[in-house]
Amino acid sequence: MLLEIKDLKVKAEDKQILKGLNLSVNPGEVHAIMGPNGSGKSTLARALSGHPGYEVNGGSVTFDGRDLLAMSPEERACEGVFMAFQYPVEIPGVNNAYFLKAALNAVRKHKGLQELDAVEFMQLIKSKAKLLEMDQAMLSRSVNEGFSGGEKKRNEIFQMAVLEPRLAILDETDSGLDIDALKIVANGVNALRAKDRAMIVVTHYQRLLDYIVPDFVHVLSGGQIIRSGGKELALELEAKGYR
Amino acid sequence: MSAIAALREQAQSEFARAGYPTTREEEWKFTNVAPIAEAPFAPAPAVEPSRKAIEPFLFDGAVRNQLVIVNGRVSKALSSISALPKGVTIDQSNDAIAAVKSAKSSLPFVAQNTALFEQAVVISVAPHTVVEEPVHILFVNAPGGARAIAATRLLVAVGEHAQITVIESYAGVSGDGVGFTNAVTDFVVSASAVVNHYKIQRETATAFHVAATFVQLGRSATFASQSLTLGGKLVRNDVFATLDGEGAECTLNGLYLAGGDALVDNHTSIDHAKAHCPSHEVYKGILSGRAKAVFNGKIVVRQDAQKTDAKQTNKALLLSDDATINTKPQLEIFADDVKCTHGAAIGQLDDDAMFYLRARGIAERDARDILIHAFAGEILDHITIDAVRAKVESAVFAKLESL
Repeated sequence: MLLEIKDLKVKAEDKQILKGLNLSVNPGEVHAIMGPNGSGKSTLARALSGHPGYEVNGGSVTFDGRDLLAMSPEERACEGVFMAFQYPVEIPGVNNAYFLKAALNAVRKHKGLQELDAVEFMQLIKSKAKLLEMDQAMLSRSVNEGFSGGEKKRNEIFQMAVLEPRLAILDETDSGLDIDALKIVANGVNALRAKDRAMIVVTHYQRLLDYIVPDFVHVLSGGQIIRSGGKELALELEAKGYR
Repeated sequence: MSAIAALREQAQSEFARAGYPTTREEEWKFTNVAPIAEAPFAPAPAVEPSRKAIEPFLFDGAVRNQLVIVNGRVSKALSSISALPKGVTIDQSNDAIAAVKSAKSSLPFVAQNTALFEQAVVISVAPHTVVEEPVHILFVNAPGGARAIAATRLLVAVGEHAQITVIESYAGVSGDGVGFTNAVTDFVVSASAVVNHYKIQRETATAFHVAATFVQLGRSATFASQSLTLGGKLVRNDVFATLDGEGAECTLNGLYLAGGDALVDNHTSIDHAKAHCPSHEVYKGILSGRAKAVFNGKIVVRQDAQKTDAKQTNKALLLSDDATINTKPQLEIFADDVKCTHGAAIGQLDDDAMFYLRARGIAERDARDILIHAFAGEILDHITIDAVRAKVESAVFAKLESL
């Protein structure tokens, strides 16, 4: 098992959001987490990535046999946990390519791999940029600064393609995307599906799951997973709503 | 008596009468110069540091015009001027000072300078002369074991349609003593002339640096300045720019870094005296420890200065709880068809940006460095001479390490 969440309880701004969540994810699987607004979907994603605004006050999370909750955000990333942000942060003055090289080399160093030099890195990102139909010019701009909503989300998946995580958590990656951008992002995600890589796709709408077909669908409500099923559950939810 | 001799005499008695400013004066409200005023300074000794000692402050290999002034006196041995075109002269004609704006200033430190300076450095550029290679003037403060003052005076007079880049740097050679640099600089930028200016202040941690820069701009003249304050215990920079011809353009940018109990005070004044003049100003500070900073950005728009477009931004990054900044935009607008904007942003590193970088695997310390460097980069990006930028950038990064 790659990820095992047991009875997870998380508070944000003094409010108990997750109230005992259980989830097991094996390598190669794609899990969709669906649920109404305020059910705790994004809280789950952020707590798994180590966001300091979310306080875990119960339960355990084991990632590849290790205690994930004991790790700093950067350790989690280096171990192979990647969260695609719902709201990617704009960082003026930090060049996108420079940032990604620093991130990739931090991850490589952690794995005991040699750091890439500038030439090797540019070769790598050029090939990955094609996958997301990224304009080369985006690489030399500041991180997310002045990017459209679609460009920001594409940039997230592009980072995922470069960092090659073992567990990718997509936090409402479909929000704010038009259908063309959604297809590009979904194609990128699908190209990254692999038997040693698991994904947790957090979404409010079934629409994304037309393009990224999950192996399992879970319904999160009131801070717990109240139902689990196969991909057909998403269709049922779409037809009948979350009740 | 020559004009300059009369001026010096007058300045001498003016400074003897008024003395150092106190915090009761509006312009010095947040900057207490008691550490300067509390004990007298001896004139800085006539010394010649080794070339090795000043090498870190030179741009050898990249800049072929470098004049070195030690304790207010030109050092022929350390200077090397080999790439000046016809039409440019650099000399020590003190007489030229009597005719420029600084000579009319009543500021106490300017009076002190006028009374004390020994050799002015006067750069004259004839009309229509384009000086391709930058000119670097390095002022070295070498107090030895004393508490010593060096008064430096620089005049850059640029004729119509001429162009020059001047790097004005201040460095300290460490000793047990305390160095005080009192610097006064004039730029006279004639019609359609272009001046690029870099001021790089890298004196020692115990040094005092009080500087006044006067900029006079003629019709369609351009002056762009990047001021970097990286050293010193007490630093005060005054810049007075007068846009005195239609279409003149002035850019004043600054970056200052201070830690420990250092104080950095930047006072700028941009006087829009004529119509159709744009001015741009971005000052950024990074403070740690118990450092204090002051920014006062005055913009005056005279009645005739219609279509003025003035932009001012002041940002400071406080890396500790005890660092403080006092910031004040001061707009005095007497014309009605003008655009004037100002903004100030003081704060800590952006938590969201920190988390974003860490969530990609970048260690906390590295993430912090990346964000601080990016903050400084907005000013450093304006340094267009590669070798100068590289050296200044590493000085900035080294200073950041120490904060």
